[in-house]
Amino acid sequence: MLELDELTVKYRIAGGEVPAVRGVSLSVPAGEALGLAGESGSGKSSVALALLRLLPRSADVGGRVLLDGEDVLSMKWGRLRAVRWSSASIVFQGAQHGLNPVRRIGDQIAEPLLVHKLASGAVADRRVQELLSQVGLPAWRARSYPHELSGGQRQRVMIAMALACEPQLIIADEPTTALDLMVQAQVLTLIRRLIADHGISLLMISHDLSVLADVCDRLAVMYAGRLVEVGPSSGEFRHPYSQALAAAFPTVGDPASRLAPRGLAGDPPDPQQLPGGCAFHPRCPVALETCATSDVQLRASGAGRTAACVLVGE
Amino acid sequence: MTADTTTAVEALEERPARHGLPRYAATKAGGALLSIAMVIVATFFLFRLLPGDPVRALAQGRNMTPEQLDLERARLGLDKPIPEQFLHFLQQTLSFDLGTSYEYKRPVVDLIGERIGSTLLLTGTALVMAVSLGLWQGARAGWKPGSRFDKVSTAVSLVLWSVPTFWLGLLLLMVFAAGIGPIPGIFPTRGSSSVDKPDGFAGVLDVAQHMVLPCLTLVAVVYAQYLLVMRSSVIDEVGQDYITTARAKGLRDDDVRRRHAVPNALLPTVTLVFMRIGFVVGGAVTVEAIFSWPGLGQLFYEAIRVPDFTLMQGTFLLITVSVIVMNTLADVVYHVLDPRVRSA
Amino acid sequence: MSTVAWVRRKRAAGRFWTDFRKQRAGVAGLVILAAAVVLALIAPLFIDAGVTNVVSGTGAKLAPPSPADPLGTDESGRSVLLMIWWGSRTSLLIGFLAALLSMVIGTVLGIAAGHFRGWVGAVILRITDWFLVLPSLVTALVLAAILGGSTATIIVAIGVTSWPSTARLIRAQTLAVEARPYIERSLALGAGHWHITTRHVLPNVAPLLLASTTLEVASAIVTESTLAFLGVSANKTSWGTMLRGSYDWGAATAGAWWYILVPGLCIVTVVMAFTLCGRALETVLNPRLRTRAHA
Repeated sequence: MLELDELTVKYRIAGGEVPAVRGVSLSVPAGEALGLAGESGSGKSSVALALLRLLPRSADVGGRVLLDGEDVLSMKWGRLRAVRWSSASIVFQGAQHGLNPVRRIGDQIAEPLLVHKLASGAVADRRVQELLSQVGLPAWRARSYPHELSGGQRQRVMIAMALACEPQLIIADEPTTALDLMVQAQVLTLIRRLIADHGISLLMISHDLSVLADVCDRLAVMYAGRLVEVGPSSGEFRHPYSQALAAAFPTVGDPASRLAPRGLAGDPPDPQQLPGGCAFHPRCPVALETCATSDVQLRASGAGRTAACVLVGE
Repeated sequence: MTADTTTAVEALEERPARHGLPRYAATKAGGALLSIAMVIVATFFLFRLLPGDPVRALAQGRNMTPEQLDLERARLGLDKPIPEQFLHFLQQTLSFDLGTSYEYKRPVVDLIGERIGSTLLLTGTALVMAVSLGLWQGARAGWKPGSRFDKVSTAVSLVLWSVPTFWLGLLLLMVFAAGIGPIPGIFPTRGSSSVDKPDGFAGVLDVAQHMVLPCLTLVAVVYAQYLLVMRSSVIDEVGQDYITTARAKGLRDDDVRRRHAVPNALLPTVTLVFMRIGFVVGGAVTVEAIFSWPGLGQLFYEAIRVPDFTLMQGTFLLITVSVIVMNTLADVVYHVLDPRVRSA
Repeated sequence: MSTVAWVRRKRAAGRFWTDFRKQRAGVAGLVILAAAVVLALIAPLFIDAGVTNVVSGTGAKLAPPSPADPLGTDESGRSVLLMIWWGSRTSLLIGFLAALLSMVIGTVLGIAAGHFRGWVGAVILRITDWFLVLPSLVTALVLAAILGGSTATIIVAIGVTSWPSTARLIRAQTLAVEARPYIERSLALGAGHWHITTRHVLPNVAPLLLASTTLEVASAIVTESTLAFLGVSANKTSWGTMLRGSYDWGAATAGAWWYILVPGLCIVTVVMAFTLCGRALETVLNPRLRTRAHA
C-alpha cells in the first residue's frame, strides 16, 4: 500500500540546510500496522508530513513516496488534492490545536466528504452520525465545538474525521501523547478495532515504544534522520539504540527493572552537525572504534528484522 | 472502560446549557455606564481647570468690558460654588441639555443634531472601506509572509502609518483639488455640497464628489492599521495544526485560508479594530477640519478655535460617550461571535 | 555578586547588538534618527531663533526653490530650509519629552496594576482601561485648548493621553515576571513591594520598555504636529505650525508645493525612522516574532 523509497527531507534556513530525514525506505503492506518510533528531532514527524506533501515551502523533499503505486512527490497538484484524505488521511494530536476552534465538530468531519464530492446535505449528516458512533461518541456531539470536548473526545473526533472518506492508509502522528494513560488505553483500543474492522493500513508515529508495540505489527526505529532498526514488534531489539529506548520505560510491578540502569547519556545530535561514522556512536554503550569512522546501513539480523549496527548480523 | 461504556455514560450527560450572553451583556453595560459617569465627572472638572477662568480666555483678542465679562460669567453659572455648579451640570447633561453655544447662540444639542448625519456618512463609508480593504489585504499578506505581496503591503502600511492624516489631506487637496502642473483640479476643496445645492440624484452625486477626498484621506491612514493587525493575526493562525489538517483534507490553498485561517484570525482583529476606534475619531476630526466637511468633527474644531467652551464641552462629551458605547457593543458582539467565549 | 550580574548584562547587551544589526530596516531607522538628532543639536551653531522671525524673511514671498533658498520660501519670505532645520528642535524635543512622560506614567501604573493584587490593582486597571477608550487626539485637543498651548502643556496633553497602551503592556509583562518562581522565593525571604518591583520586575521589563518608548516617540511627533496644525499649539517653529501656515496662506491653491511637501516629508521621515527602529527592537527582544527556521 505505502512504500517509501529513500525519502529525504531538508529544511532550508538562513545560512544552510537542516537534513531532517536522510534516506528512509520502508513499506507498509495493505492491512498492516507499522509503528515509527524515535525521540524528538529524529525526523519522524517530517516523514509523516512528507507523505502527503504537507511540509512548508522551505522543505526540499527527495526520493519517492508510493501510495498504491503512485508517486505522491511527483503528482500534479490536482491529483494530489484528490488523493489527500481519500487514499490516505492523518490523525494529529487533536488534544492541542488539531481542530478548528470556531467550527462545529460535525462540520469538520463532513468537510472532506464535501471537498471530495462524496456526499452532501443529509447524506453527509448521516455519515457523520455513523462515524461518531464508530468512535463511541453520541450523535448530538456533532453540534459541539472542540473546546467543549475533553482531550480524549477530541482525539476520537480526529479519528472519526480521518475515516470519513474510507482511506486505505491512516497516518497517526503522536495520537495519544497528550492524553492521560487511561484515556490513552481507550483510544488505542479504538484504533486497533477500527483498522481491523476496515482493513486499513496504519503508520503510527510515537516516541513511546510501548504504545506502538500495543497497536502495530511491526516497528521501525529512527535516529538522526535514518532508520536504525525495522522488525516485528513482538521480537527483541538488536540495535543498541532501540534497546535503550525499550528499556527506558520501567515495567510496572517488576522491582528489578526499577534498579536496573536506564536511559542514555547525552542528547540527540544536531542535524547540522552529525557525528562522523555511525550517528549514534557518541552515546552508544557498546561502541567500537570503527563506529566513529564507518557508517552502517540496515542489514539483516534475525527473523524478518534489519538493524543498522556493526555488531548485528552475520 | 470500553468505548461502549463511554458512549453510554455520555448519552446520560446533559447537553451544556447556553446562558452566558444576557449576563455578560448586562455586566458590560454596567461597566459602560460607569465609564460614562466617569467621563461626565471628568469633563466637568476638566473644563474648570482653566487657569484663571474661562471667561478671561474668551476675552482674549476681543474687546469686552468688565460688565460684559461678569454677564458671561453669570450666564455660564461660574459665579456659583463648585458643588452647585456640578449638580446643575449633572442635571443639564442627564436631561440632554448641553448648554448654549457662545459662537452660534443656539443650543448645542441642536447644532449636534444638524451635523451628526454628515459625520456618520463620511466616517461610516470610510470605515467600511478601510475594514474591507485592510482585512482582505492583511489576510493575503499574512498567508504568505515574505512574499512580494506581503513585503509591498507591509511597506505601504508602515509608510501610511507614519503619515500624519492632515498632511495627506493637504497633499490630496493640492494635487486633486487645486491641480498641480498640467493636472487640473477635479475635486472640490471644501464643504459637502456645492453652493447651489442640487436636488435628487444630481445632489447625491454632488455630495459624493465632495466626499471623495476626505474619505480617501481617512481610509488611507486607518486601513494601514487594520492591515497590519490582520496580518499578524493570520500569521499566528497559520502555524496551528488545524491548518495542516485542512490542507491534508485536500482543500485548495485559498479555501484553507478563507474557511479556516481567516475566521479564526478575524476574532482578535475585530476586537483590536474596535478598541482603536478613538484613533478613527481623531482622524475624522482632522479630515473634517481640513476639508471643511460640515460634520461633528468640524463643529468640535470650530469650538476649539473660537474658543467656545460650552460647545467644546458638549461635543467632547458626545464624542467620548459614543466611543465608549461602541466599544461596549464590540465587546458584546465579540462574545456572540466566538464560540469559545459564548458557552463560558 | 554584582560583578557577575554586570558581566552578564554586558554580554547580553553585546548579543542584543549583534541581533539588532541583522535587522536592516531597524539599523536604517537608527541611522536616520541619529542624523536628525545631531542636526537638531548643532543647529544653533549655524542659525538661531531669529530665523523664524517674520520680519527676517529676505526672499520673495512663496518663492519656489532657488539657489538662494534651496527649499523655497514661505508666505513671509522666510527660507523653508532654515525653518525646518530650526523647527526640528521643537518637534524632536516635544516628541521625546511627551513619550518620556507617557512612558513614566505607563510604567508606574502598569507595574502597580500588575504587582498589587486585590482592589488596588483592579482600580488601577479600570482607570487604565477607561483612559484607553478615550479618543486620544480629541482629548489632547481639549487639554491643549484649556491649558493653553505652551510647550509644557502640549507635552502634558500628549503624555496624558498616550500612556494607557504602555501601561497594559507593562502590566502583562509584570504579571508574567511575577509568576516566575524566584519571585515567590523573594517574597518568602521577606522582600517588600519596592524591592520586588525595582530589583526584579523593572530590569525584566526594561527591554520591552525601550522598544515601546521608541514607537511612542514616533506617535508623539505625529500628535504634536497634528495639534500644531489644528492651531492649539502656541509654538511658532514646529513643523506642524509650518504646515498650518501653508494651509492658512493657501499654498495648495497657489501651487507652493515645496511649502507643503518639505515639512511633511520631514515628519514622515523621522516618524518612519523611529517606527522602523522600534519594530526592529521589538523583533529582537521578542523571540516569538522572529521568523522560525522550520516547524
